Amino acid sequence: MSDFFYLISHEDWSLHRKGHEDQARHREKVKQALQHNLVDLVSEEGILTSNGSEMIRIPIRSLEEFRFRYNYKKQNHIGSGDANTKKGDVIAKDSENARVKSGQGSGAGDQPGVDYYESEVTLEEIENHVFSRLKLPNLNQTELTEILMDTIQFNDIRKKGIMANLDKKRTILEAMKRNMTNGQTGIGKICDQDLRFKTWNEVKKPYSQAVVLCMMDTSGSMGSFEKDVARTTFFWISRFLRQNYHHVEIVFIAHHTQAKIVSEEHFFTKGEMGGTVCSSAYKLALELIRTKYPPSRYNIYPIHFSDGDNLPSDNDQCIKLIQQMLKSSQFFAYGEINQHHRTSTLGDVFKSIEHPMLKTSVIFHRKDILKALETFFSESEHQGVSGA
Amino acid sequence: MKDLTSSIQELTNIAGKFGLDPFPMRYEICPADIIYTIGSYGMPTRYHHWSFGKAFHKMKLHYDLGMSKIYELVINSDPCYAFLLDSNTLIQNKLIVAHVLAHSDFFKNNAHFKYTNRKMVDSMAANADRIRRYEQKIGRMKVEAFLDAAMALSEHIDPHQARIKKRRSVLIKKENLCASEMWELDLAVGSEASDLHLNVSRKAKTEQEEVTLGASASVMEHEKDLLLFIMENNPNLEDWQYDILTIAREEMMYFWPQIETKIMNEGWASFWHTRMIRELDLTTNEAVEFAKLNAAVLQPSTTQLNPYYLGLKIFEDIERRYGRDHMFEVREVESDLSFIRNYLTEDIVKESNLFQFSKLGSEFVVNSTDWKTVRNTLIESRINGGNPYITTSQAGENLYLLHHYEGVELEVRYLEKTLPYVYHLWGNTVFLETILEEKRVQFSYNGEKINRKFI
Repeated sequence: MSDFFYLISHEDWSLHRKGHEDQARHREKVKQALQHNLVDLVSEEGILTSNGSEMIRIPIRSLEEFRFRYNYKKQNHIGSGDANTKKGDVIAKDSENARVKSGQGSGAGDQPGVDYYESEVTLEEIENHVFSRLKLPNLNQTELTEILMDTIQFNDIRKKGIMANLDKKRTILEAMKRNMTNGQTGIGKICDQDLRFKTWNEVKKPYSQAVVLCMMDTSGSMGSFEKDVARTTFFWISRFLRQNYHHVEIVFIAHHTQAKIVSEEHFFTKGEMGGTVCSSAYKLALELIRTKYPPSRYNIYPIHFSDGDNLPSDNDQCIKLIQQMLKSSQFFAYGEINQHHRTSTLGDVFKSIEHPMLKTSVIFHRKDILKALETFFSESEHQGVSGA
Repeated sequence: MKDLTSSIQELTNIAGKFGLDPFPMRYEICPADIIYTIGSYGMPTRYHHWSFGKAFHKMKLHYDLGMSKIYELVINSDPCYAFLLDSNTLIQNKLIVAHVLAHSDFFKNNAHFKYTNRKMVDSMAANADRIRRYEQKIGRMKVEAFLDAAMALSEHIDPHQARIKKRRSVLIKKENLCASEMWELDLAVGSEASDLHLNVSRKAKTEQEEVTLGASASVMEHEKDLLLFIMENNPNLEDWQYDILTIAREEMMYFWPQIETKIMNEGWASFWHTRMIRELDLTTNEAVEFAKLNAAVLQPSTTQLNPYYLGLKIFEDIERRYGRDHMFEVREVESDLSFIRNYLTEDIVKESNLFQFSKLGSEFVVNSTDWKTVRNTLIESRINGGNPYITTSQAGENLYLLHHYEGVELEVRYLEKTLPYVYHLWGNTVFLETILEEKRVQFSYNGEKINRKFI
């Protein structure tokens, strides 16, 4: 072979799939890594606007190949320009910064050309990862299954019935069978005796429903960050409960010194002036439980978001109301959104209550949302104020 | 095909006339997928790894989007393999053939390539074959995890040690081992001989361990070849792990001269392809297409250096000042480091408008156009192939590494993710000393968490 100084060959490479195979392995590993990025994914704002069903495009880092390397940002580099290039000229922006949303990833955008996959992820995929970490808090199972409901099921075929329920397919099959015994092929004539009707039976099905009482402080101290965090958390809570109950209702209770039931849009967009009296919201919630959502028919999930800044004289009453609510609810969740690490009067109230079904979590950053969800929906017997 | 054959014949003759001395050539015409596979793996026969798949995906994506295109792909081997994209036009192929003939000449005649394995295509196939067997025997995940770790350290070898006589006797022994392994490798190609191979390597290893014990175990010099050091001093490595480290080392040894001569090699090839194409009878259309293509290859970039462009400029300057004979001498003895140090002049820096830049706030800003600054920074960036210089400093149960700080800090996030890989290879706590904010810092990883303390 080497007698020839050069050879040209054109072979069939179609079986050479190495690149594609290893590309698939890389993709597989990226998907695995998704689990580790859940913190970021859960707080991803894009999910809220996705209406829950569509594919979501999320930039996902391709896997990095770690090694000892220089810090690109602290190094001098060489480039080439035109004759006018002089000291002080800006030749590039650190464009990666723009891509990295707040609260995401550590040290992203180290170097020009950090690789991102625009990966398509279904909400369901993320849910599977997130919800596998969540559990419904200790439920009184009997209560759940006692709620039965009458429904009807078409599951029988009879020869007599009302014409509206005629089963055409079976009727025709009967006609064909009968005609065939007479030596005829095809559908032929349909007689009365061929008619078949669908009939229903009444069955009792266990029916479960839940109500989420979303309470939020809408006083002036709750800014857009606080509302965003609350919104994202409520979103995941309602998605999670929907997976576990046939029917989930969500009630939005906004409060400052007074509480009222508002629309979702109002809840998340409108702010009010004034101080904060949390007991007003708890009172309204209890009122709703009494009149509209009896614990015998509903699993009740009261969740309260606040920045913790309650009127001190109101705290005693809050303790009483919370204890009352805990008796009739599945749990009571309190999320304190406290990005400036302030002391909170309401937080102290919750610390003073010992109850296994009281779940509290402090959220400092967006990335604490997943932790809050895990705290709310855990099976553990006792929860202190975590993250404080 | 007929046109291509006659063009290749013609270009081969022209190359000879100019005094180029390439290896016999093997041109393979293949589809884009294959070109990009070879480009991302560095070799058609290399082992499987997700990082190659990632590179492949990226290259192919850029190709599909029309963002970039590989013009040439050539492998340092005898005979020398060059890959041509099946959708290339004739003139594109002419340019590539001319270009790779010069690369082939460079591979064959540059001193830094002298000790590279010219049968690497087969060796890598044998390596890949053995890794595949380990995957079957040990399990894919385990092998992959070990490969991840070995590859993370693969730049930390000493490419010159084979030629330095002062090596300890242990290492001389080690080199013999490598040679015998090579022989075994060839045997193993396409046969069932891997068990035989393992036996031999285990035996050789035991002998070598004895020698290590014979020498004082605590004698420590700064060993740059971290992979070799781990192979010699971690007695708990299993045979397959030992072999994977050998493979990682062997393959990096092979690629190292290409990393070290990137600017020269591309400059040399670009110089000759323009000269050789001038000798051809081109139609007007071909001439225009060639000019476009050539301009694209040599296009300078603001944020990074185009090695084709700079290398060409320097070689043209050498020809002007010293003549062609001297060019051939430079091609034979220099690497990028000495090439830039000896031949990058003020005129070239000014003419090419080279500048130095760095990050300032959220922007990258030009901070100097002084030619000596530019030259020195370029040289620094080529030291150790652009990798931080890290050696062992002490080892017993634990392994201590020292980063020889030369003014540029390591990237901490990467450092903290790489230490666990070293731990994986060493099997015990590893330390690394470096400098941050002008203070000495020691990082460590004990299998559970990273620790950082100022010392």
